Amino acid sequence: MKAKKRGWRFFTSGYLILVLAFIYLPILYVMLFSFNDSKSMISFSGFSLRWYEDMLENREMLESIKYTVIVALIATGVSTVVGTVAAIGLSKARPLVRNLILEINNLPVLNPDIVTAISLMLLFLSVKIQRSIVTLTLAHITFCIPYVILSVMPKLRQLDDNVAEAAMDLGATPWVALTRVIIPQIYPAILSGALIAFSMSFDDFVISFFTAGVDVQNISMYVYSMKRFNPSVNALSTLIVIAVTLILVLANLIPALRERKNKREDT
Amino acid sequence: MKSFFRMSYPYILWIGLFIIAPMVMILLYAFTRSSDGAITFKFTLENFGRFLSDPTFLKVLWTSLRIALITTAVCILIGYPAALFIANLPEKRQTFLILLLTLPMWINMLLKTYAWRGILMNFEIESEIKVFIGMVYDFLPYMIIQIHTAIAKLDRELLTAAYDLGANKWRAFLKVTLPLSVPGIISGITLVFLPAVSSFVIPKLLGGGNYVLIGNLIETYFLVAGDWNFGSAISLIMALIIIASMYLTRKLDTSGKEE
Repeated sequence: MKAKKRGWRFFTSGYLILVLAFIYLPILYVMLFSFNDSKSMISFSGFSLRWYEDMLENREMLESIKYTVIVALIATGVSTVVGTVAAIGLSKARPLVRNLILEINNLPVLNPDIVTAISLMLLFLSVKIQRSIVTLTLAHITFCIPYVILSVMPKLRQLDDNVAEAAMDLGATPWVALTRVIIPQIYPAILSGALIAFSMSFDDFVISFFTAGVDVQNISMYVYSMKRFNPSVNALSTLIVIAVTLILVLANLIPALRERKNKREDT
Repeated sequence: MKSFFRMSYPYILWIGLFIIAPMVMILLYAFTRSSDGAITFKFTLENFGRFLSDPTFLKVLWTSLRIALITTAVCILIGYPAALFIANLPEKRQTFLILLLTLPMWINMLLKTYAWRGILMNFEIESEIKVFIGMVYDFLPYMIIQIHTAIAKLDRELLTAAYDLGANKWRAFLKVTLPLSVPGIISGITLVFLPAVSSFVIPKLLGGGNYVLIGNLIETYFLVAGDWNFGSAISLIMALIIIASMYLTRKLDTSGKEE
């Protein structure tokens, strides 16, 4: 009986390790081969940084990184502000109005990306707006706001209305009640909404592909349009993986550290 | 407090301009024809007729559905045991494993697919298998996380009760864990099947140029052929199929509960 149990445990951990290996295989593979000194993706012939140097000389790739970051930053900023403000407003709306707007808000989340993409493209083309970085950014803001609202809304529902009410009874203007009472309470939800928005914008391909026009391309579009296999993409991926890991670790660490600090101050 | 509602006015305006108006555009184009780039405002079902009467288009539709179905099935088959095994671990290890699964989801899908392209270049496999590997890879974490959430929520007392009543491990699994984890499978299907039907990046990058799915068809009619009316009709057909299949899965879920 005991041996059977041990065998089962061995099997389940083996299975989980295989699944994780499958999920991490391409990531680790790319990281390893970004340091390869040949173009091969099969044999590792020696360590070199040539693909990183290649990357720095690749104007098209650098441009795409620049556009990706600029658009992601603007889309995150605008969607976080508009989404948070809208969510606070909606939480005070009549349930019927609120639910209707939240349903529409869900459309870009539930719709296949390609439908959202062509709908926006049709809009821009039919009112004769040249597709550019502006239309690209507008499209990104549009699909980012719903995620901010979906992240902030549940937190707002937990809030005690009486606190803001009390602040205003004591003479606080709505603005002060908003910035001093409501926003501090939902701050973590706003931050995680912003993080999701940034990652959505940074990683988007389909919607960008249809709304950016021909002069602008982000990282995803650049990779999609590449005809031949180019190992400097491995270098780019490696840098992105490292950056994403760092950001996620920080995003998880900072609240934990702050909590610990608060606890220490309490005692 | 009511005055706070005014804060959502800018977003309501935004919704009108960038969500509702564009959706109306698709409907408008799908049910009309254009001549010389301008729409003629006359209702027609011609675009839909053209799609539904052409075997080539229907075959593309069938291929997309088949690939999405197989991808979803494989994700359940691989993902269910994984979710179950994770749920049986001590809590701290569960959190860690789920974190490990979520981490790659934050990395650009195109870069991950491109990595597979590099790896699979080394092997002589049929392009359809390559597409499946890429699709299952992309969607598996979503499936595992959804099923795991459902199993982790499950009341352990129910299992203890089943054992007390003489059920063995298998029976307890089949009669307690599996039925109660169905909602997790359903939301997993929603997260996998829906984007899989419309996916066009993975088939193009891994399947080579001659692999046409419905997403690629929409892309071609919008960006190459410039036939927005027909392209809109195709995407409407696709959206309808997705909505219908979601409705059916939900229905399946609730009818299972009534038993």
